Amino acid sequence: MTKTVTDVVCPFCGTLCDDLEVVVSDDGKQLTEVYNACVIGTEKFLHSQAKDRVTRPRLRQEDGSWKEISYDEAAEYTAQMLAKAKKPLMYGWSSTNCEAQSVGHEIAEMVGACVDNTAAVCHGPTLIAVQDIGIPSCTLGEIKNRADRILFWGCNPAHAHPRHMSRYSIYPRGFFTGKGQKSRKMIVVDPRVTDTAKLADVHLQVEQGRDYELLNAFRVALNNEWLPDVVAGIPAQKIREAADLCKSGRFGIIFFGMGVTQTLSKNHNIDEAIALTKHLNEFTKFSIMPMRGHYNVTGSGEVLGWQFGFPYSVDLSRGFARYNPGDTSTIDLLARGEVDAMFTIASDPGAHFPISCVKQIAKLPSVCIDPHQTPTTGVSKLHVPVAFAGVEVGGNAYRMDNVPIDMRKVVDPPAGMLTDEEFLIKVRDRVKQLKGAA
Amino acid sequence: MAEYIIKNGHVFDPLQGIKGDKADVAIKDGKIVKDNQVSSNAKTIDAKGKTVMAGAVEIHAHIAGPKVNVGRIYRPEDKLFTYQRTKGNVRMAGGFSIPTTFKTGYEYAKMGYTTAMEAAMPPLFSRHVHEEIRDTPIIDEGAYPVFGNNWFVMEYLKNNEIENTAAYCAWLLRATKGYAIKLVNPGGTEAWAWGLNCLSVNDPVPYFDITPAEIIKGLIEANEYLGLPHSMHIHPNNLGNPGNYTTTLDTLKLAEGYKAKNKFGRDQVMHLTHTQFHSYGGDNWANFESKSKEIMDYVNKAKNVTIDTGCVTLDETTTMTADGPFEHHLTELNHLKWANVDVELETAAGVVPYIYSPDIKVCAIQWAIGLELALMAKDAMRCFITTDHPNAGPFTRYPRVIKWLMSAKAREAQIKAFKNSDKVVAATHIAGMDREISLYELAQMTRAGPAKSLGLASMCGGLKPGMDADVVVYDFSPDKPVTNPDQIEAAFSKAAHVFKSGVEVVTNGEVVNNGNKRTIWVNAKVKENPQVMRDIKEKFLKYYSVSQANYEALGHHIVPNPYAIEVDATQ
Repeated sequence: MTKTVTDVVCPFCGTLCDDLEVVVSDDGKQLTEVYNACVIGTEKFLHSQAKDRVTRPRLRQEDGSWKEISYDEAAEYTAQMLAKAKKPLMYGWSSTNCEAQSVGHEIAEMVGACVDNTAAVCHGPTLIAVQDIGIPSCTLGEIKNRADRILFWGCNPAHAHPRHMSRYSIYPRGFFTGKGQKSRKMIVVDPRVTDTAKLADVHLQVEQGRDYELLNAFRVALNNEWLPDVVAGIPAQKIREAADLCKSGRFGIIFFGMGVTQTLSKNHNIDEAIALTKHLNEFTKFSIMPMRGHYNVTGSGEVLGWQFGFPYSVDLSRGFARYNPGDTSTIDLLARGEVDAMFTIASDPGAHFPISCVKQIAKLPSVCIDPHQTPTTGVSKLHVPVAFAGVEVGGNAYRMDNVPIDMRKVVDPPAGMLTDEEFLIKVRDRVKQLKGAA
Repeated sequence: MAEYIIKNGHVFDPLQGIKGDKADVAIKDGKIVKDNQVSSNAKTIDAKGKTVMAGAVEIHAHIAGPKVNVGRIYRPEDKLFTYQRTKGNVRMAGGFSIPTTFKTGYEYAKMGYTTAMEAAMPPLFSRHVHEEIRDTPIIDEGAYPVFGNNWFVMEYLKNNEIENTAAYCAWLLRATKGYAIKLVNPGGTEAWAWGLNCLSVNDPVPYFDITPAEIIKGLIEANEYLGLPHSMHIHPNNLGNPGNYTTTLDTLKLAEGYKAKNKFGRDQVMHLTHTQFHSYGGDNWANFESKSKEIMDYVNKAKNVTIDTGCVTLDETTTMTADGPFEHHLTELNHLKWANVDVELETAAGVVPYIYSPDIKVCAIQWAIGLELALMAKDAMRCFITTDHPNAGPFTRYPRVIKWLMSAKAREAQIKAFKNSDKVVAATHIAGMDREISLYELAQMTRAGPAKSLGLASMCGGLKPGMDADVVVYDFSPDKPVTNPDQIEAAFSKAAHVFKSGVEVVTNGEVVNNGNKRTIWVNAKVKENPQVMRDIKEKFLKYYSVSQANYEALGHHIVPNPYAIEVDATQ
């Protein structure tokens, strides 16, 4: 016999779907089927069942091989590394629950670490723009119930957030949007003809890296002022039509992704996109929302926010919190060789950072806490495998619109495995002893 | 638990009518006891020449939750020059108008506050609110979920279905672990979802075809149907606009004819919050003036209403409210950064920084209005001191507000310091007021009054044996004349001793213990109501973006040390 767990929350992307159904064996040890999830989400659940999964911490030996050690030994190694370091970097946090993040921050405070999450290479520029100009936004249910103008700018939900359009933004029939897709106009701004762009009513194929100009031209068009014949590769007439389409809606939203945050102009693009949104509120109701990637990168920003006052790139090494992206941000700290220990949790910098930074990680004393084997575990001295958050342990996570959702445990982790939080508590208690704190 | 006896202090306890008499206060097992009930091992605190009061009770502040955190995250500048280092068990803490959660707990405790209510919890984000509450040390906290723009409430009240409204309110209080029924710009915030607003109590809400007046009256009735500890708590329509005092009077009048029905000793049916923002005359910023007298003339007579002041502290601060349209209005006015969140089926919120400059006439008039309200109050048990933290100023400025209220000299000095002093005097009543709030009245306005209004009078806000041992000793002698008003501010900034549930948490103005905080919530039981449960199920299936099971899964493990107040409305 099997049993079905309902209302399961998917721990993959910032869409944080909470309607999954997962079939588990009667003894709660095996996960057999996943319903309602997208391909990526399904794989995340099924991957926890992999037979070749690493279930005990492994310490790198002189010859490059791994030696299995106990969790206690791993906690001792991690605590020693952090306590000895002058300026350790504690990076990641985006694919684990808020409870683990909270314990991690206690450790960081005691050892004077730099704490950073994956926003550093993702929506960090968005956060900087929000600090410049604010952000008018809403929850995803508002989109579902009210929005009749949807813009996807520099993002491709069809691949990166596969259920976003069906759950919230394009297809659902909401309270004031009873005709579903037919009640909405969809505009996509992307230099490529992506699978999302193919679905759009209007696709503005912007010249690569010219988003700022186009956003600015939108604002000019809103005021019916003069425009050059072509801006960012788009004919002025087409820009005016798109701007009028936005104006004529009752409730609009701009979703944006890496295409604007990590291309030329970075946070300035977002500044302009938010200014455009604010501007549109003079004519109708408009919101804007970043398409957050990791399922709980938003939560990491929130927890850092209420505990230290800054959403990412927080430097605690002076005994109080400092925030200065470019100075206290991960890539810069690694590139300048400023940190003397690397602690990675719930993310994979090895796969995403510039190679120079990955080489720097390889040179440093390093610990990687991750259920998977990743390029980061490949360059780390200690790999601590843990239970899958959101599959083998519950806990809190924040959706891309900041809505908190309690994740569900659906299956037991392999015997003897610890969760992120449990392992971090061991480390914290040991660091407390080492630092002589009460 | 340690026993204490606080000896020879001047005790101010409105609950027992003690007006500064020398008395001893004894603490045992977290409770206040008669002074012969402690053993000889009790630690003696010498309070000779000092003031002893119950722990203060904050009735309205924005201290935990999504909009507070938006403020923290989007204002790195608010942390400048504020950070305190880690010290033993005391975590590092920073921020001025929107302090980190740790700092929030520490700063309240240092001033002698032991209970605080988060004033607006968007139900969908209740989990976030409780996570922040968990990280706010020492003080007991509760949170008010917002109901004034809720689709269920509007649909039920359109048909005048009070019983269904009450059943829904009880369900939501339970799901969110909330404390009271809060209204923010009723109807207006729903209108804001379309970029509109409701500026009077009779403006119809788009689509829902109901007026703010009907929502307000309906929720008063639902509140009394349930017999909740606190009354309906309202931030009325038309906040912050010149001439809005008429809307405020219209709102207050809606409470006429209602009587409180509860077992908690509460007398009011409406709490009107941050009244300063709602007491404006004139019809533009040039002829903007105080209408505090008109408001207080009404409030003084209306026994079934309580208010809090919302005093402006003349600081750079961060405004935040579930009044979405107001924040948009404000950003158009001051052009500072604007954050907004519309919350599906429930509410919205906005955040905009604001600088209350003593050089700006309007800000100075606002300052005067806040103080006038308290100085005109005939019943100090119905008018409470707040700054609507952080909207009119940070709560850490309470000692300064107390200074202004207790010293006409301090007020005079501030009026003289205004750039447009003459214009401010002409537009307000403050210059002619010589009333000085006494320590007894202060204890009413910050302890006994708010505790009674919240229905917590048997638990906190007083020093009667059997109550929680929340006790504060201030280094302030009621016998000695105050030579410099700044002495008042200094004494109330850093309490000499603070006990929270019998644990000494502050000594000489420094935090010494993280206490044992609780989350207070109301568990209201109602008759089974299949219709409401069916409506809830349907709304979640069709319109919410989370499932009902996940919405209800807030769960006890996230609510730290919960303390449920039971209400039985099944009869």
